[in-house]
Amino acid sequence: MPEVTLIEALRQAMDEELERDDRVFITGEDVGQRGGVFRATVGLFEKYGAERVIDSPLAELSIVAVGIGAALAGMRPICEIQFADYIFPAFNQIVNEAALVYYRTNGEYNVPMVIRAPYGGGIGGGLYHSQSVEAFFAHAPGLKIVIPSNPYDAKGLLKAAVRDPNPVMVFEPKKGYRLIRGEVPDHEYTVPIGLSEVTRKGDDLTVYAYGMMHYYTLQAAEMVAQQDGIQCEVVDIRTLVPLDKETVLNSFKKTGKALIVYEDNRFLGYGAELAAILSDEAFEYMDGPIRRLAGPDVPGVPFAHTMQDFFMPSPEKIAHAIRELAAY
Amino acid sequence: MAAPNKETLLDWYRQMVLIRRFEERCAELYQQGLIGGFLHLYIGQEATGVGAVAALREQDHVITAYRDHGIALARGLDVNALMAEMLGKATGVSGGKGGSMHLANRDLRFWGGYGIVGGHLPLAAGIALKAKYNEEDEVVLCLMGDGATNIGYFHESLNLSAVWELPVVWLVENNQYGMGTSVARASGATEIVQKAMAYCCGPDGRGMAVGPRLDGMDVIAMYDGISEAIEHARTKGPILVESLTYRLEGHSMGDPQRYRTKEEVEEFSAAGPIGRFRNHLIEKYKNIGSRLDSIDQEVLDEVEAAVEFAQNSPDPTFEDLTSHVYVD
Ligand SMILES: Cc1ncc(C[n+]2csc(CCOP(=O)(O)OP(=O)(O)O)c2C)c(N)n1
Ligand SMILES: [Mg+2]
Repeated sequence: MPEVTLIEALRQAMDEELERDDRVFITGEDVGQRGGVFRATVGLFEKYGAERVIDSPLAELSIVAVGIGAALAGMRPICEIQFADYIFPAFNQIVNEAALVYYRTNGEYNVPMVIRAPYGGGIGGGLYHSQSVEAFFAHAPGLKIVIPSNPYDAKGLLKAAVRDPNPVMVFEPKKGYRLIRGEVPDHEYTVPIGLSEVTRKGDDLTVYAYGMMHYYTLQAAEMVAQQDGIQCEVVDIRTLVPLDKETVLNSFKKTGKALIVYEDNRFLGYGAELAAILSDEAFEYMDGPIRRLAGPDVPGVPFAHTMQDFFMPSPEKIAHAIRELAAY
Repeated sequence: MAAPNKETLLDWYRQMVLIRRFEERCAELYQQGLIGGFLHLYIGQEATGVGAVAALREQDHVITAYRDHGIALARGLDVNALMAEMLGKATGVSGGKGGSMHLANRDLRFWGGYGIVGGHLPLAAGIALKAKYNEEDEVVLCLMGDGATNIGYFHESLNLSAVWELPVVWLVENNQYGMGTSVARASGATEIVQKAMAYCCGPDGRGMAVGPRLDGMDVIAMYDGISEAIEHARTKGPILVESLTYRLEGHSMGDPQRYRTKEEVEEFSAAGPIGRFRNHLIEKYKNIGSRLDSIDQEVLDEVEAAVEFAQNSPDPTFEDLTSHVYVD
């Protein structure tokens, strides 16, 4: 199987879906001629033309809302928000329209669309190029949310998202776009939305993570295995909504200890809900405090690289949190 | 409006050269890895920023987008603090929190650079509302890019300022591109001042005035045009003015610039604002060449000293990361 970067896997997914279904189109800022700021859509404009890979004006609200309208009318739009930080002008359209239409019309209309957005810190982008926004949207039932951590899942999940009859948000760990490489099969496949995955087996404790934090968690798990003989189980959440409770709970029932890692602010972040579910539904198995390692509760990831490093969870910080929890 | 005298013109020349040298030095430091994240240079647009800001009176306000170094320098922000911010140092304009795109200084009534495109426009209206509310003789100069005129914030802000007759000069720096998208590919009206027509001509001729399209490569034309616009805003209400300018560098560092030709860039570079103004001064004043040369040298030294100051400054600490979340 050929090895590709995470962003190349995403590009392949869009290429194949454009090829497969001519209802699929892409829109967003500079997605066409320029191939996207991160070059996720490179070559697609040349291959499918300006009608299907559509450069939009600088107008996030419309990028999403035009997608909603087109999806209602039977198209399969992929709307790109250049950085997750810029999604908020479209917040109303996403939570009040995309998430609600199917419910509101009692099943008469649905919104089969994809919203893609790079998220997360660690690239020195500062306050408006580093945000993690998943918790805002995870709070709105009606939206599905996936965050891949490797090229295989990125491709498979994005293809599944395009085919899903619901609005699916795909948040992509931008720091991992070129850093994370992995094998992607030559043959056609999708990764089902709604399944988490145990990506490392272990008995001492479970670490839950997604996106870039999952990548770091695997590194941390190796560190503590070699240095301390601690065997972590690692669960890649992959689909945040709807949550695969079975996989999440089964691992906890085995290890009895949970560390949840996310880079969003700690307070009311996605990990808070995971912690609540574990304590509520697997209380008898609990063998220690449910711990979270997350970004501090400050309004943004500051620009200075020193402060960014203080902000971001890292393999070392995760390893430290694992050791503490294992020793409990 | 008094015609600028020789010393004033020399000061504008100094400011323009300062901006140019500052930006060139930033580009070098970026390439050396000393400046991180995203860096948007003002090279090519110096005459617009310097001419427009020169037209402001001390009590007036200025607010702009993320391409803000030039406006900050023209308004008189400390070069050392500015360079320190670029390097993410504790001595920077915002102690390393905001970075290059979010410079601000209350004393100078410079409300800042803003990273979310268009997001500052309604804020400009709010600042103007304060002046009107208190019957203060203050005008707000709000700069934005051409791309920003395509987002909803622009239209809401223009309309509201027209209805409430707010003292705002809306200045569009039309540098012909929003990232990789030319004005023609993103805007229904390619003469951007035409957009003001939608909000003009209310009862008794009230509403938004359709201002001129100024030569943004000519600092004197900018000064004259914005001076008149400020007079209009003071006495009659809001006005939209366009500056025809050009960004000589990429959108940000590392932009492959495939959306324009080398020839196009060279053409604008040859007619660049600084060389043009220098020639004008040499024609107008005998024997001014040596004054200009010494200004060039002073500016070089000033920028070098700023780099040294920044490099010798301390990094922010963990306490800095968590400070200023709430007002005590
Ligand atoms: C709401 C929002 N959307 C997208 C971006 C990403 N972005 C930054 S600058 C830019 C282009 C802006 O063009 P223009 O307003 O013409 O300003 P210029 O860069 O030419 O100075 C884009 C798309 C952003 N910062 N904010
Ligand atoms: Mg522009």
